[in-house]
Amino acid sequence: MVAAVSIIDVVKHFGSLKALAGVSLEIEQGGFFGLLGPNGAGKTTLISSLAGLLRPDSGSLKVMGHDVVKDFREARRLLGVVPQELVFDPFFNVRETLRIQSGYFGIRKNDDWIDEILENLDLTSKAEVNMRRLSGGMKRRVLVAQALVHKPPVIVLDEPTAGVDVELRQGLWQFVRRLNGEGHTIILTTHYLEEAEALCGRIALMKQGRVIALDTTANLMAAHPGGTLEDVFVRTMNQ
Amino acid sequence: MIGFWTLFYKELLRFWKVAFQTVGAPVLTALLYLLIFGHVLDEHVQVHGVRYTTFLVPGLVMMQVLQNAFANSSSSLIQAKITGSIIFVLLPPIPYSAFFAAYVLAAVARGLMVGLGVLLATVWFTELKIVAPLWIFAFALFGGGLFAALGMIAGIWSEKFDQLAAFQNFLIMPLTMLSGVFYSIYTLPEFWQRLSHYNPVFYMIDGFRYGFFGVSDVAPEISLTVVVACFAVVFALTLSLLKRGWKLRA
Ligand SMILES: Nc1ncnc2c1ncn2[C@@H]1O[C@H](COP(=O)(O)OP(=O)(O)OP(=O)(O)O)[C@@H](O)[C@H]1O
Ligand SMILES: [Mg+2]
Repeated sequence: MVAAVSIIDVVKHFGSLKALAGVSLEIEQGGFFGLLGPNGAGKTTLISSLAGLLRPDSGSLKVMGHDVVKDFREARRLLGVVPQELVFDPFFNVRETLRIQSGYFGIRKNDDWIDEILENLDLTSKAEVNMRRLSGGMKRRVLVAQALVHKPPVIVLDEPTAGVDVELRQGLWQFVRRLNGEGHTIILTTHYLEEAEALCGRIALMKQGRVIALDTTANLMAAHPGGTLEDVFVRTMNQ
Repeated sequence: MIGFWTLFYKELLRFWKVAFQTVGAPVLTALLYLLIFGHVLDEHVQVHGVRYTTFLVPGLVMMQVLQNAFANSSSSLIQAKITGSIIFVLLPPIPYSAFFAAYVLAAVARGLMVGLGVLLATVWFTELKIVAPLWIFAFALFGGGLFAALGMIAGIWSEKFDQLAAFQNFLIMPLTMLSGVFYSIYTLPEFWQRLSHYNPVFYMIDGFRYGFFGVSDVAPEISLTVVVACFAVVFALTLSLLKRGWKLRA
C-alpha cells in the first residue's frame, strides 16, 4: 500500500536560516501521527511544504504517491490542512465559507456533508453568522471544517486545539478519531503532549529542522520507563 | 470548471457586497470630472467636431474601466495576502489558468459595471451616439483584461498597501492620464504626440472613442492589434508567474 505521506530529504532555508535541514518521514495510511517539537522546530514549515504553500529548496514530498509539485492537483485533492494561523475571509458567513471552499475543490452540492461537519463541530447555530462575528475558538472550528469539506484521505491539523475550550476539544477529538476510524490518515501537531500521548500511534520529534526521534508512541514511552510523553519530550530535546 | 466558477463567483461577491464603494464611488468621481472640465471647457473647445463634454465621456468611461479592473484584482489579492486568507485559494487544486481567468474576469466585470454606470449617468447631459458598439466592447474587454492582469501582478508583488499604492500612482495613473482621456493627442506638441504612441492606453482610449464617434486619431484595427498584443504579453507573463508560484508559494 502506498504511504499516505512520504517525505524525502526536504531542505528549506529562509534567508540564512535553515528551517528544514533534511527531513525524511513516511506516514502509513490510516495512521494517527504526531509531529511534535518546540516553537520554531520546523513543523509548520514542513506542513506548508506538504500543502504546496512553500516550495522546498530540495527534496520531495508526496501525498498518497502524488508529488506535491509535479502532480499538485491530485496531491492537493487528497489533503486537508487546518492552518495554525487563525485566518478567515470577513466577507462571508460560515455556511458561505464552507460552500465556497467546497466549490474550490470541485464539489457543487455539499450541504449534507457541510451540515454534518457543522453538527460535529458544534457550529450549527452559527451557520448563518458572519465570520467576523465569531469568537476565536469558533473561527478555529471553521478552519477545521474548511479542511474537511472535500473529505480528504489525509488530514493535517496544525495546532487545532490552541485557544479552543475543553468541551469542543473533546468533541473535536471524538470527531477526528471517528474520521481516523473510517480510514482517514491524521497528522497532528500540538503542544499539549497529553493529547498527543492519548491520540497518536506514532510520533516524530523535531528540533531545529531535523527529526530527532521517530517511533511508535509505545516504544518512545518504553525507552523512558515510568514517564509521561512530556518526560520523553524533555529528555529527547536535551540529549 | 467548478473551481473556476466558484472563485469567479466569490470574486464577484467580494466587490458586489460593497458596491457602494467599488462601483458607486468611481461613477461619482467620473461625474465630477465631467461636470468640472465640461463646465470650464464645453463652450470653448471642440474635438473631432463634437463638443468637449461629449468628447470627454468615452475617455472617462474607459479610464474608469481600466482603473477599476486594476483596483479589483490587485486589492483582492493583497487583502487576501495580508489577512492570510489567500491560503483558502492556494490549498485547493485550482489550475493556474482557472485562477487567472477567475480574477481577471471578475475584475473586468467590475470595470464594465463602473463604465456602464458612468455612461448611464452621463447620457442625460451629452449628445452621445454609439456608432460601432462592437469596437466599444472589444476595447473595453481587452483593455480591462490587460489592467486586471496587471492588477494581479501588482497584488502578488506587493507586500504592503503602500507598495501597491506606488504601483498605482507611478504607473497606472500616469499611463491613463497621459493617454488622451482629456484631449486628442493631435493637439499636443510633436514630441508628446510621438511619446503617446508608446503608451498602450492611448490606443485603448482612442479605439474605444472610435466606437462612439466613428472618428479616431489612429485606425481602430491598428489600435486593437496593439491592445490585444499587449494583453497577450501580460497574460503570458502572469500565467508563468502563477505557474512558478512567484511570491505566492515562496
Ligand atoms: N515565512 C518565513 N520567513 C522567514 N522565516 C520563517 C518563515 N516561516 C518560518 N520561519 C522560521 O522557520 C523556523 C521554523 O518555523 P515553523 O513555523 O516551521 O516552526 P514550528 O515548528 O511550526 O513552531 P511553532 O510550534 O511555534 O508553530 C523558525 O525559526 C521561523 O522563525
Ligand atoms: Mg507551527
